[in-house]
Amino acid sequence: MIKTISELHSFKGWLFNFLLLGLAVVLLPLLNIWLPEDSAWHVPNYMFPLIGKYLCYALVALAVDLIWGYTGILSLGHGVFFSIGGYAMGMYLMRSIGKEGVYKSDLPDFMVFLDWKELPWYWYGFDNFIFTLLVILVIPGLLAFIFGYFAFRSRIKGVYFAIITQAMTFALMLLFFRNNTGFGGNNGLTDFKRILGYSLQEPSTKMGIYIITALILFLSYVLSRYIVKSKLGRVLIAIRDAESRVMFSGYNTLHYKLAIWTLSAFLCGIAGALYVPQVGIINPSEMQPSNSIEMAIWVAVGGRGTLGGALVGAGLVNGAKSWFTVAAPDYWLYFLGGLFIVVTLFFPKGFVGIFSRSSSKNNKEVILND
Amino acid sequence: MKETFSLFKPRKLGTLLIGRKTLTQFFGVFVFLVMSVLSFSIVEANDFELALQDLGNKSRTKIKKAIKELGNQGNPAALPALEALKGNRLRISDDGVLIILNESGDKGRNALSEKQVDLKALNLRKPRINNSVRRVLSSTIGKLQLQSSDPNIRLAAAEQLLKKSSGGLVELVEKALAKETSDEIREVFFLVLAKEGLKSDDKKKRLQSLKIIKKFGNNDFKNVLESLLRKNEKGEFLESYSEVRDNAKKAISSIERRQFFIDQIANLFYGMSLGSILLLAALGLAITFGLMGVINMAHGEMLMIGAYSTFVIQNLFRDYLPNLFDWYLIAAIPTAFIVSGVVGIIMERSVIRHLYGRPLETLLATWGISLVLIQTVRLIFGAQNVEVANPSYLSGGIQAFNGVVLPFNRIAIIIFVIFVVILVWTLLQKSSLGLQVRAVTQNRGMASCVGISTRKIDMYTFGLGSGVAGLGGVALSQVGNVGPELGQLYIVDSFMVVVLGGVGKIAGTVAGAMGLGVLNKFLEPVAGAVLGKILVLVLIIIVIQKRPQGLFALKGRMVDD
Repeated sequence: MIKTISELHSFKGWLFNFLLLGLAVVLLPLLNIWLPEDSAWHVPNYMFPLIGKYLCYALVALAVDLIWGYTGILSLGHGVFFSIGGYAMGMYLMRSIGKEGVYKSDLPDFMVFLDWKELPWYWYGFDNFIFTLLVILVIPGLLAFIFGYFAFRSRIKGVYFAIITQAMTFALMLLFFRNNTGFGGNNGLTDFKRILGYSLQEPSTKMGIYIITALILFLSYVLSRYIVKSKLGRVLIAIRDAESRVMFSGYNTLHYKLAIWTLSAFLCGIAGALYVPQVGIINPSEMQPSNSIEMAIWVAVGGRGTLGGALVGAGLVNGAKSWFTVAAPDYWLYFLGGLFIVVTLFFPKGFVGIFSRSSSKNNKEVILND
Repeated sequence: MKETFSLFKPRKLGTLLIGRKTLTQFFGVFVFLVMSVLSFSIVEANDFELALQDLGNKSRTKIKKAIKELGNQGNPAALPALEALKGNRLRISDDGVLIILNESGDKGRNALSEKQVDLKALNLRKPRINNSVRRVLSSTIGKLQLQSSDPNIRLAAAEQLLKKSSGGLVELVEKALAKETSDEIREVFFLVLAKEGLKSDDKKKRLQSLKIIKKFGNNDFKNVLESLLRKNEKGEFLESYSEVRDNAKKAISSIERRQFFIDQIANLFYGMSLGSILLLAALGLAITFGLMGVINMAHGEMLMIGAYSTFVIQNLFRDYLPNLFDWYLIAAIPTAFIVSGVVGIIMERSVIRHLYGRPLETLLATWGISLVLIQTVRLIFGAQNVEVANPSYLSGGIQAFNGVVLPFNRIAIIIFVIFVVILVWTLLQKSSLGLQVRAVTQNRGMASCVGISTRKIDMYTFGLGSGVAGLGGVALSQVGNVGPELGQLYIVDSFMVVVLGGVGKIAGTVAGAMGLGVLNKFLEPVAGAVLGKILVLVLIIIVIQKRPQGLFALKGRMVDD
């Protein structure tokens, strides 16, 4: 097992990975703690939730790359899995506010506002962090499993699958926008105070969540790398390139597709759960169909079917978004729209494809396939 | 009572279909003619003029007398002055001329000659009235309205009586009923009398009233009827006769049944209206997606461009051709088609043609185009919704049943969509362009071999699909808000229609759109708007389980890889 994992990368590759991880989890926090605030190398406190947010996006991009880049299934519904993970974490954070809300009630503020007298049954258990973790790990994957089972069983694929997932996203967004659904309506869940007893306002808590996010991203990356290099990964690529041939060779593609689809949703759910305490809010606009489509462009920009590309793409696009929304908000949509067009027309291999001189076979097949 | 009741004939289909709106216009002209004739026959109008003049008298007793006199004369021409008096819009000049002010109070006209007067040149005083005068005034106005030659005024007066208590006016209503010829108004009169009759001490009269209510009553009567079934504190029924109570129960259930039926009709109409809007949105998509296999995520933006074209044309007409303003919509139809079509062709030429055969890439690239289009429109027209006014002939509606109004704009859209579907169908099935389009759809290589320029056909087809979406935009501008995000609202629904209806068949798209529209409207009252929509989406996913290629797919044995 250990031997197979160590074979995932060359020695140089692992060195690079661990250097990056060390930079993220050790060096940046140290630069924050040790250096005085007026130093040019000091990393300010606000950077950690911001980078943490990007790392969550990177985790989403990783999940999308597994299902789209490697298996050829474009999902426009990953925003849903992301949001469900986020909502589960948000519900825990809401419950741990206790009676410190605006209305000094044991119930979350929005419920008092709606004049609800007791907690709806689906909020039970969210006082408990272990239970919340279980929900985060199980529910997005379960939803994906059920949805995927019915979709893949009737061999919905390609654009049909994309459209159906988009419809699911749209429906769930409408559902969560309703006040009566019990998730705070269009305001969502916010005003969080603490997690596991640690105040969310404290820089140390923020840094802690950031470090956990970075570690989880690293582990997910290794897991994804392991999967795509394994036999499972080979079958997935085969499904992407010629599904009927894989079927005729005796594989039941349903199982493979379902497995990777569920895993992808699982990773997305975790990303959402890590995202919420760092940005401090979760609301239904995270489920907008446009958000899910944006996730696809992160991967496309970075380079499909490369894992590393997905991480780079998420960072590049979101970095650009942060810059544009401050510097030139009117032109952000032009930039994003242009990115969609230019990348699909001229750079199908994405950012990674431009810089890697020896274009691998995998990438070529992406273009030939769909 | 009984005799008049038996005289009643069931309401004719004619009144049902023509409705109030046309009647208003027709009778408006009629009343105007009659009034102008009246104003010349001085001799006849003499008593009338004297009484009318007395409304400006300084003595309240004289005013009251004048009002009663006008009521006895029964000349509805007195109504404007009386209503102005009631609404505190009547003024008297120094030389005793009565002036009626308009609603906003900035213009006035002579009560007798109907001529406009210059308000600034006159020294005006308000008439002296108090509550006792107002009481006489109200009943006289009601009386005159019941005798008005305009059936709409009579109907409105009768409905007013039905809403308020009509106590003391029973005789008057009976008199009016005897003269009344319109079945619609007679029905309301019957109900007014029946409502009064329920309060009667005579058991027979109550039963008789219940029968009438059972026959014509609407939801408003449910409260009155239920109060008959209530008990007082001692546990005794307020209504002592069980026969009357049974009849009241029957009347309630009959009203509920009728209301249910009316609701279903209304649902069907609104469902078809929603369906026709969806169809307009999805028809263009059925062409580009169904025939060409191109996923155009910017399709919603073609709708938006159509709607904004309508907005621009509207503004041009308002600025340069204000007299022909109502015709702007007619001009907007070809404009929207051409503008959206040209944008579509530019898209096809510059981006989409490089991506044929790669549907997922097309999806992403067209999504990018849609973002660019949205932002462009936002920068040009602003992020706020813009206002597109209905032309006068599309505002208002037909009152088909009690409480069910069929707006003209929605009816117009249903007719418009039929026109567009026929147009598209003819174009695809009967024209040589359509023949070539179908040839390219079925076998691109072979079509190319027999000399069809597939590139040109792609361009035209895409232009046609986008242009039809532009037409949809014109229709949408008449029923909803026009804003930069208009298209985003419809894109998911349009895809659902196309996926449900099956690819490549216009009939499938029509059935898909109408089915979704009607289903949505029937689910809405049961499950609420949002849950209804979610249910529909779940249903679509289930249907696709059974029929992955859509309900109306072409039969074939193709392998899609």
